[in-house]
Parts: sequence; C-alpha cells; structure tokens
Amino acid sequence: MTSQPNKLAFNSGWQYAAAPEGTDHFSIGKRYGLFINGEFVKPATGKYFNTVNPATEEVLARVALAGDEDVDRAVAAARKAYKGVWSKMKAAERGKYIYRIARILQERAREFSVIESLDGGKPIRESRDIDIPLAAAHFFYYAGWADKLEYAFPGRKPAPLGVAGQIIPWNFPLLMAAWKIAPALACGNTVVLKPAETTPLTALKLAEVISEAGLPPGVVNIVTGAGKTGAAVVDHNDVDKVAFTGSTNVGRHIMMALAGTNKKYTLELGGKAANIVFADAAIDQAVEGIVNGIFFNQGHVCCAGSRLLVQESVADQVIAKLKDRMETLIVGDPLDKNTDIGAINSAPQLEKIESYLKIGQAEGAEMYQSSCSVPKKGYWCRPTIFTGVSQSNRIVQEEIFGPVLAIQTFRTLEEGLTKANNTPFGLSGGVWTDKGSKVFKMTQGIRAGVVWANTFNKFDPASPFGGYKESGVGREGGLHGLGAYLSLD
Amino acid sequence: MSAKEKPKTLQLPDLDRVALVDEVGVEERVARFRSRSIKNASKVEALKMILSMIDLTTLEGQDTPGKVRQLCQKAIHLHDGMPGLPHVAAVCVYPPMVGIAKKALGNHNINVASVATAFPSGMAPRQIKLEETRIAVADGADEIDMVISRGEFLQGHYEFVFDEIAAIKDACGTAHLKVILETGELGTLDQVRKASMLAMHAGADFIKTSTGKIQPAATMPVTLVMLQAIRDFYFATGRRIGMKPAGGISDAKLAIHYLVMLHETLGQAWFSPEWFRFGASSLANDVLMQLQKQQSGVYQSADYFSKD
Repeated sequence: MTSQPNKLAFNSGWQYAAAPEGTDHFSIGKRYGLFINGEFVKPATGKYFNTVNPATEEVLARVALAGDEDVDRAVAAARKAYKGVWSKMKAAERGKYIYRIARILQERAREFSVIESLDGGKPIRESRDIDIPLAAAHFFYYAGWADKLEYAFPGRKPAPLGVAGQIIPWNFPLLMAAWKIAPALACGNTVVLKPAETTPLTALKLAEVISEAGLPPGVVNIVTGAGKTGAAVVDHNDVDKVAFTGSTNVGRHIMMALAGTNKKYTLELGGKAANIVFADAAIDQAVEGIVNGIFFNQGHVCCAGSRLLVQESVADQVIAKLKDRMETLIVGDPLDKNTDIGAINSAPQLEKIESYLKIGQAEGAEMYQSSCSVPKKGYWCRPTIFTGVSQSNRIVQEEIFGPVLAIQTFRTLEEGLTKANNTPFGLSGGVWTDKGSKVFKMTQGIRAGVVWANTFNKFDPASPFGGYKESGVGREGGLHGLGAYLSLD
Repeated sequence: MSAKEKPKTLQLPDLDRVALVDEVGVEERVARFRSRSIKNASKVEALKMILSMIDLTTLEGQDTPGKVRQLCQKAIHLHDGMPGLPHVAAVCVYPPMVGIAKKALGNHNINVASVATAFPSGMAPRQIKLEETRIAVADGADEIDMVISRGEFLQGHYEFVFDEIAAIKDACGTAHLKVILETGELGTLDQVRKASMLAMHAGADFIKTSTGKIQPAATMPVTLVMLQAIRDFYFATGRRIGMKPAGGISDAKLAIHYLVMLHETLGQAWFSPEWFRFGASSLANDVLMQLQKQQSGVYQSADYFSKD
C-alpha cells in the first residue's frame, strides 16, 4: 500500500452544523483582585492586566497584577493560617474541606468548562470531559489521603512543610491548580498559588469555590501576574516548598534560585516524547493514538507525543492514514461541541510555533498540514506533520508545544529505543505493538516518567507523574505526590 | 464498476496479514463519534438520509403475504403527512415472499432484498444454498443477503467460506450480494476484520454485520472495524464495497452516530443507499418522529405513525 490513487473525501456533502455550548449560565467579573486571606483585595501595585479569549482576541476580564508587597501579604496570610488553624486541625476535618471543594467543582462543572475554554482556547469537549472532571477527581483522591498519611508512609512521621508556593502553566489551568492545591492541603500545608498570566480565570473562580467551601481564610491564596510575580513567590523567604510546572528554561532559573536554600521543590518541565509504532501494532488504533498524542489540547501538553517513530515497513501506511485522519479533525470555535482542535493559547505561543514551522522547512523537512480553514480572528494553527526529519533537526530536539509532529522511521527495536532516548527530555513515551513482550522491553528501556502502551495521554490522580533529565525533578500525583508535601522523619 | 464485470481472478487473501485490531482503541474512537453533537439542518439532513438507507425488514417464521404487503405499503408511504420524504432503499424478506414483495412495490424504485443460504444459521448443503439463491433471484430479488458458514470460518476453513461466497455471488447474476458475517458469533474484532477481508475478496458487494437473530447484533465498534476494512480494501483494489449494519439500531440518535462514524471513516462517497444501509424494522418510525419534532418543536404520540 505504498501509493494511494484512491482518495477519501471528508470535506464535502453532509457536515456538522454549529453546536455551540451556551454562555448564559454564569458570569465573569469585569475586574478581579487578588485572593488573599479569604477575600478578593486590590493589588498594592494598583495595576491590572487583560486576560484575552485567544479564539476572538476579545478581552474577557482585567486581573490584578501582584507585586512583591502583594506576594508578601499572601505568604503572611498563608503562614498565619498554617500556624493558627490548618496545621492544628484534625486531619479528618481537613479532608472534609477538600471533599467539599471537589463536590462544588462537580456541581459547577459546566461553568468551569466554558470559562476554561473561553480563557485558554481549548475545545469544550476536552474541558468538559477531561480537565474539569479530572480536577475534581484530584481533590476527591487527596481528600481521602488527608487522615491516612501514617498509612501512606508506615513507620515514618509525616508532617506538613508549611507554606507552599505554587506556579502553574496555561495549558491545563484548573487541572494544574488541582494537582498542586489538593495534595498540599491534604498534607496540612497552606498555599500561595500563581496561575499563568494568560489563563487566570478558572483559578479565580476556584477561589470562589474555596470560599463557598468555607476554608479558613489564608489557607489558599491566589496571586495573579506574570514571571515577576512567580519569581517573588519562589524567592520569598517564608515559603517552605516550591512546586512549579512550566518550561524547562524557567525551571532552570527556579532551581538556581533555590540552590542553597532549605526549600523543597518539585519541577514539572518540558518534554519531547517519542511515540513508537511497531509494524505489529493495531495500525488504525495506533493512528488514533498518534492523533491523541500530538493534537490533544492543540499540542500544548508537556507529555505530548511530539516525535513519532514508526517502523519502516508500515511507515507509508501509517502516514497515509494519519493524513486522512487529520482531514477529519475539526479546527475552530473552542465552544463548539464538535471542535477537536481549538485556538492556540496566546499570540506569543503562536509566534513560537510558526517560527518552528519555518525552521522545520528550512531544515529540509517536508511539511504537511490538514486542508481545514481557520477563523480570521484569533490564534490558530492547522494540525501539522513533518516527514523526512532526523535526530539532528531542531524540530526533533526542541519542544514546540503546538500541534506539530515530527515523524521519523526506524528498522529495529534497538534503533527505535536509541532514538527515543536520544533527547534531553524524559517526561513520557508511547509504545504501540500487539506483542506483550515487546511492550515490557520498551517500557523498561525508555527513560521517561510515564510510558503508555497502546494508548496515550491517559491521566489518573492515583498515578504519579514526572520527568527524567530536563523534564523535571520529583513526582506529582498518587502516593508519590503526597511525599512531595511532607517531611518524613 | 458494474455488477456484471467481475474481478478477473478471485483470490483468498493471506488472512494472517490482515491488520490487527485493538478493542480498547476501537471503543475509544466510537465514544468520540457518540460525543458529536448533530443539530438543526445537519440533523434534518441526516434523518432524511437515514430513511433513504433503510432496508425495511421482516424475517419471521410467522410472515404471511398480508404482512409483507403491509410492509411494502409502509416502504412506499413512510409518512404521507410529511411531504418531501425519501422512500426506503429496500424491503428485506425471506425467499418465498420475494414475488409478493416485488408485486406490491410495483415501480416505486424500491429494491427487494431476500435473505438466502439457509438464513440465519447457514446450516445447509451448498447446492441447496445455491438453489435458494437462484430461486430468489428468479422471483425478482434485486439483492441477496447471504450468511457465511460461521462454523467453517471458526475452524479456520477460510478456503471453504471463500469458495462458498464466490459461488453464491455467481448464482446472484446481476443481483447485489450482501454478505452477513454474523459478527455476534465471531468472538473478536480481529475475526470480524478477517471475515470482512475474506468476504470482500470473494466478491461481496456489501458486507453486513448480523442476521438480527443473534445477540449482539450490529454494534458501533463492529461496524467501525468493518468500515476500516472497506477503506483498506478500497485503497488496495480501487473497489468500493457497501456496508450494512443490521439489528439493534432502533433509535434515530444511534443511527445518526452511525452516520457520523461513516462520515469520519469513509467520507462523502459512501453517503448514499448505494453504499450504506441500515437493516432495521422499527428505526423508520423513530426517525419520522424526530423529523416531525424538528418541524413542529414537539414530539407527537407514536399513534400518529403507522406501524406495519
């Protein structure tokens, strides 16, 4: 099946009519302050910044810019709550509060889904079916651990660390907030959270939920801002633990800043995962896995399967099927229930992705994009694949963080494994084969925190997540995620 | 290609090389189809297409000429209160009813499909299956729905099954041949994929999931695997094969999701009764009810739709 004279036609005839999710069931404030000590307050800086809908470029709200003084107030509030209430509270009581957050999130799931899609550009199908339910699941999961820490670490004396400074990215805003806040609270810590500057809204809505759940003031504080605000959180003397998810570059700076301090830290950084398809895989399902691996959330996924390694004997077939499948992906309005790929999160991110498209072509790779049209306003990138690339190309080595897949071939298992590990990153990987023994051999050989077999991008609160090499330090999620918020003497 | 010109040499493919299927992956893909939201104009268009793709079916031991005539009336007059409706694609009956159906349908351009080959079990000597096919065609059947010999297939006697399909195809003459795999008896999706490939290579014009007499009958995962086999066969040979899920599709919403699956797997070229059918007895009325609701905004009682 090397040549394909017969084409399938997906873009004519019957098409899906628009099916937009409603936006009349909630409201977004015009202006948000900082959530410190249980209430929204004005920033000492007096400054606000815009948060924009990346699908329309319209301003959704103005959000306070936290400066050093504001971060100081937030950390002080967290410290007071830690000393006065949260660390003294019976663990089972702490658990109750966290369960309450989880339940309210479920009740308000529709509102959170729509706001997540408005603010971040991700398709409503994903925020509705993945982001929000998973965020609630994380709160449920860690709520259950709150009064069982002695059983999680038998023979040790688990004790909270104090104030946790947490910085989260824009690709899964609420989910990352849940990943950070839930284990911190369960372990008895208090929190200062800094959401990403392009996607602060669901974190601010989460502040409403936290109030509604009746958490004591200061247990969770949310300070909005950009890199400088994040640096103020990291550098603050009274922070005991730093948890960061974001780019490897920023992670490096944080590690330097933390060197020589007594602060504990976990860093979840970039990735360039290999998704490896063997000739004996179920090819049609592997193609789905490739699509899910790289086009999920517009490719804004640190564990995205951005490097496809496909065994030479099936490469033509896989690529042909992948191209057909790409034609059926619906790119457009994130709020449309049928949209598969939404808007790129921000103008700078789109610029970065587009620069890599140019780099790839300049390196001599062949670029293929689906033929779909994209809206005029907003930030968009068609699903893109590059063939004819090699390990020495930048589009193979560097994280693009967009819907861009670099495809290489390999002949033997060893070659596939070598290529998969030949990267500074090590966050995730994927293996596609019908043969169980090959699955075990590959999953043991790939140096990455998560390796999926015959599936990709599956997450569960009970499963630890984290990276090797430049992909980060420490683990979040599951039992491992508890350890990151405890001292274990 | 017309029904008359047959591929020059039919050859049993190497079934060990048929693509593997991962059931979990198939189910995930199906869940995505089912999460598609089909509204307004595309819903109306889909509902009308579904009507035009229905093989209105009665396959009961208790069938009588009267019952078959009623069904043919329903095929012609789906719901005359609603103008602009298409008619169904075919009426599907047992061989003794072919002549009656043919006469009742007159020149309304609705095909008569007849099951044959000792439907539903397929447990009969080959010459009887061939004779039954010839009789149905001679009585006027435009389409023959045969069943494969599942026992032989499960024993790995692929040659036997292949030859049988090819022989029935021969006996069909100009009538279209639909090959029923009875997927509910094949056990795994890998087997479904193998049987699909075997049937297409042996000369099937359509591949069909089920007789409707065995549970499970048509399911979306099984249909997806068959559609993917049709696509691979098309790429390999240039021949387009039709698909007929049958049994168990009784509501309009599910039928729409089958169309979504067809749309995203084979694309536009298969969107016609020539290439896609629903084998169903009660689907039509639910589709009509949904169409009525799209027009008037409210559901009508089932008593407003004829039950034949």
